[in-house]
Amino acid sequence: MTYTAAPPPLARKWTRARLAGNVLLTLWLAAGLALAYFMIAQYEADFYARYLPKFADGFLVTVQIVVLSVVIGALISLPIAFGRLSKNLLASVPSYAFVYFFRGTPLIAQTFLVYYGAGQFRPELQDIGLWWFFRDPFNCVVFTFALNTAAYQAEILRGAVQNVPRSQSEAAESLGMPRWLILWKIILPQALIVALRPYGNEIVLMIKGSAIASIVTVLDIMGETRRAFSRTFDFQTYIWAAIIYLVMVEILRRLWDVLEARLTRHLKRDTATDDTSAPGQPAKMQREPGEPPVDRTAMPN
Amino acid sequence: MDEKLTLLSFGAQGWGDELAHGVLITISLALASLPIGLIIGFFLALAKKSDEPSLRRAAEIYTTIFRGLPELLTLFIVFYGVQIMFRRIALLFVENLQFEVNSFVAGMIALSIVFSSYASEAFLSAFRGIPAGQYEGGNALGLTRVQTMRFIILPQLIKLTLPALSNLWLVLLKDTALVSVIGLTDIMRMAGIAARVTKEPFLFFGTACLLYLILAMVSSIALSGIEKWANRGETPR
Repeated sequence: MTYTAAPPPLARKWTRARLAGNVLLTLWLAAGLALAYFMIAQYEADFYARYLPKFADGFLVTVQIVVLSVVIGALISLPIAFGRLSKNLLASVPSYAFVYFFRGTPLIAQTFLVYYGAGQFRPELQDIGLWWFFRDPFNCVVFTFALNTAAYQAEILRGAVQNVPRSQSEAAESLGMPRWLILWKIILPQALIVALRPYGNEIVLMIKGSAIASIVTVLDIMGETRRAFSRTFDFQTYIWAAIIYLVMVEILRRLWDVLEARLTRHLKRDTATDDTSAPGQPAKMQREPGEPPVDRTAMPN
Repeated sequence: MDEKLTLLSFGAQGWGDELAHGVLITISLALASLPIGLIIGFFLALAKKSDEPSLRRAAEIYTTIFRGLPELLTLFIVFYGVQIMFRRIALLFVENLQFEVNSFVAGMIALSIVFSSYASEAFLSAFRGIPAGQYEGGNALGLTRVQTMRFIILPQLIKLTLPALSNLWLVLLKDTALVSVIGLTDIMRMAGIAARVTKEPFLFFGTACLLYLILAMVSSIALSGIEKWANRGETPR
């Protein structure tokens, strides 16, 4: 038996899609190169010596704003989420109003309302001894952002809790567990896995939203950028800000993927027999016969 | 209380007409950005679901960049970047040209870019919800690819994307507030001016928030009407 070489693979045709894709990729490449050339051509050691430390400061301020707001917001979101879930109108109506207000109005309007509004009520705030807090724009920003993200996080939490099948809490009840224990041991651990992805998105939104702090004179990344630009009129400042934000968001996204893979590793199955998939994720309709089994997170119902 | 109402009234004494003008600007900016964002978003989704890797990659670069950048930064980059670019180009031909980008146009470009990168994801997941049999059916009937898209896929796609697009519209409406920072006289800017002149920031920014809430409510009502229209073919259960 003689072996003949396999026929060479067919050359890929230059379809219209391939042409368009290549042209567009070339355009991206050209844009990237032009940007790099622009940055190198304008390179001044002076600029970097002066503004690099400022950007570092701005970065720290942005991180502080985001971390503080998200953590405080998470704490505030707990009572609101359970208020929304409650059958008691006295709890559900105010929490619904809170969520509706903070999700229905622009973050910038809320920030202005707190920052400039606090200035108007200065005598009253001084009387009750809160003026020191609202005097600082940083505090105002964290205050507003925390309330804003609390509204979004409350909705995430509520959706996730409602996603846990009723049978779970019924089973726990039949075991005689008290309600708080059911919540803590049964509902929340399952809900938080579902909520993980939306929480990640919310943090990304917060990183992006934190740029608004610069408008009320907080010197975060955006604030430092705007200040540097107003002094130098050097467009590089904005490019650097864009790079920093993109890297931040991208790192968080990767980190979140790792975290999710780690936290859902007990739900992974290699067998293809199971066809349920995690709620909220687009279910893969059908597997091709030759396709290797995919890792899927599946909620055991 | 009375004097606050006067401040909000229409006419020479109040800021009502200025705020109403701001509402008009906000609505027109959002309405102007919507179609551009939808069209770019649709083609991005087509590119992302294409078999051609280079096309997918190009579209993914676009969405990664513009979904990762703060909207405010995108706005500034468009506003100053376009200005600098045009000035550079214009300087090749004429000397000493004063050129300024209209804040409405800059806002429109920036908001459509941001909207399109989110809309592409919405379209993409809707495309995944349309079974391959629909394309094959169109093919079997002898329809061209464009005809299949136009008569078979699009009507189903609209129905499937509407909920996500409704959300994006509400986000777009809120994002227009950012354009006030580069000088567009929308609700936020008018409220800011009124607050500075009258020294009543709480009243005016509160009113601005209320106006955005009203816009959101009106949109929700309109959108649920559209959704009902899009689902009219569904058999009642």
